[in-house]
Amino acid sequence: MAEKEKSLTMGKLTFRVQRYEPTRDEKTYLQEFVIPFTKGMTVLDGLNYIKEKLDNTLAFRVSCRMGICGSCGMLINNFPCLACHITVEELGKDVIEIKSLPNYGIIKDLVPDLTPLFEKHKSIRPYIVRSDSEEMEEPTAEYTQSPQALEEYLQFSFCVKCGLCLAACPTSATDVLFLGPQSLAQAYRYCADSRDEGMRERTAIVDSGHGVWLCHLAGACSEACPKGVDPALAIQLLKRTVLAQTLRLQKKKEASPIAPPPVEEKPKLPVPEFTAKPS
Amino acid sequence: MNAMEVKKKPLKNYLGIWGWVWAGRYNVERYLYTLQRVTGLGIILYGILHLTINGFRISGEGLWEDTMSLFENPVFAVGEYLVIAAFIIHALNGLRLILQQLGYTLGAPKPPIYPYSHALQRRRPIVLAMGALGAILLLLVLIDFVV
Repeated sequence: MAEKEKSLTMGKLTFRVQRYEPTRDEKTYLQEFVIPFTKGMTVLDGLNYIKEKLDNTLAFRVSCRMGICGSCGMLINNFPCLACHITVEELGKDVIEIKSLPNYGIIKDLVPDLTPLFEKHKSIRPYIVRSDSEEMEEPTAEYTQSPQALEEYLQFSFCVKCGLCLAACPTSATDVLFLGPQSLAQAYRYCADSRDEGMRERTAIVDSGHGVWLCHLAGACSEACPKGVDPALAIQLLKRTVLAQTLRLQKKKEASPIAPPPVEEKPKLPVPEFTAKPS
Repeated sequence: MNAMEVKKKPLKNYLGIWGWVWAGRYNVERYLYTLQRVTGLGIILYGILHLTINGFRISGEGLWEDTMSLFENPVFAVGEYLVIAAFIIHALNGLRLILQQLGYTLGAPKPPIYPYSHALQRRRPIVLAMGALGAILLLLVLIDFVV
């Protein structure tokens, strides 16, 4: 490892980048770029260097540069990563192969077509569903939720929709219609929310031929997730919830009520004269 | 670039069956996913062969005896051991999958605090225990075959 780091600091990096120009190419090919190594550089820094100094036709998505937006998902040395999230030193190699995310179409170079991801995400109704539709449309107050109830789904709500989990999933590799880890995890995120009443509607979507039962627990999605969301855990919990609902083993939970209007509280101790004056 | 060119469909990039086999830089559960499929397919193939060959018994004792004499060689003995090995791996991993796929033994969700860990990673001792048990069973069967 020390030798590898030494060679990195001494030398240059070779980026083997997948190229595809839809108006010209029938298939993809790899193009090599040699770039200087700088300490602490990320793969995205390398791609930016290529774009700025070597070939401005290279296409890739990028926005925040700090692992928040989830735009720069790529297959880096055969593992789906965010290019901004992984440093060259972490990879420990001076030849880095960068390809577009698998299991998505390629629009150009390193730009995957994430449309199926967003369509699947939308299909599971990723929002709070309530029976009181009037309150939903014109809310009068927020719904109450205890900190314990929040912890049931909080981990799964950190998803940035980068799409790495679908690229890692071996089931998504063969079944184009499989809902995939991202949308299934989000289905559980909303079903586990104490404010939600859309469990029955979501079950109809996820308990299908291309739904939750096609996950065979490879765990690759959780390993690839850059935000620690653990979609594999959410999907297994979703399976348990769906099964319990189908076998009628689940107790019917009352959804969180609307928060009562705030009550003006009287101070428990008289306010001293020198800190505040009563209006 | 004209409008027709812009509308060109994205290039297909699904890994297909290769996506099951190719496991890249993933951990043991990802490889067990592949192994579970391979052993499952192997057991199905053996089941078909087993039923077909047993069906020869209907055609008389002579054909049955002739067929069985074909299998009395070391290649088929190794094949038989591989079938038992596939069954042991498939059954033990299958038990783990049944439990974990119903959300048991995986624990509760945890707030993602860096460095992140996931439920399967935290429960890796279960996989290692299953692996150790499988190795002992495979060794016992091997001794039974050799001795």
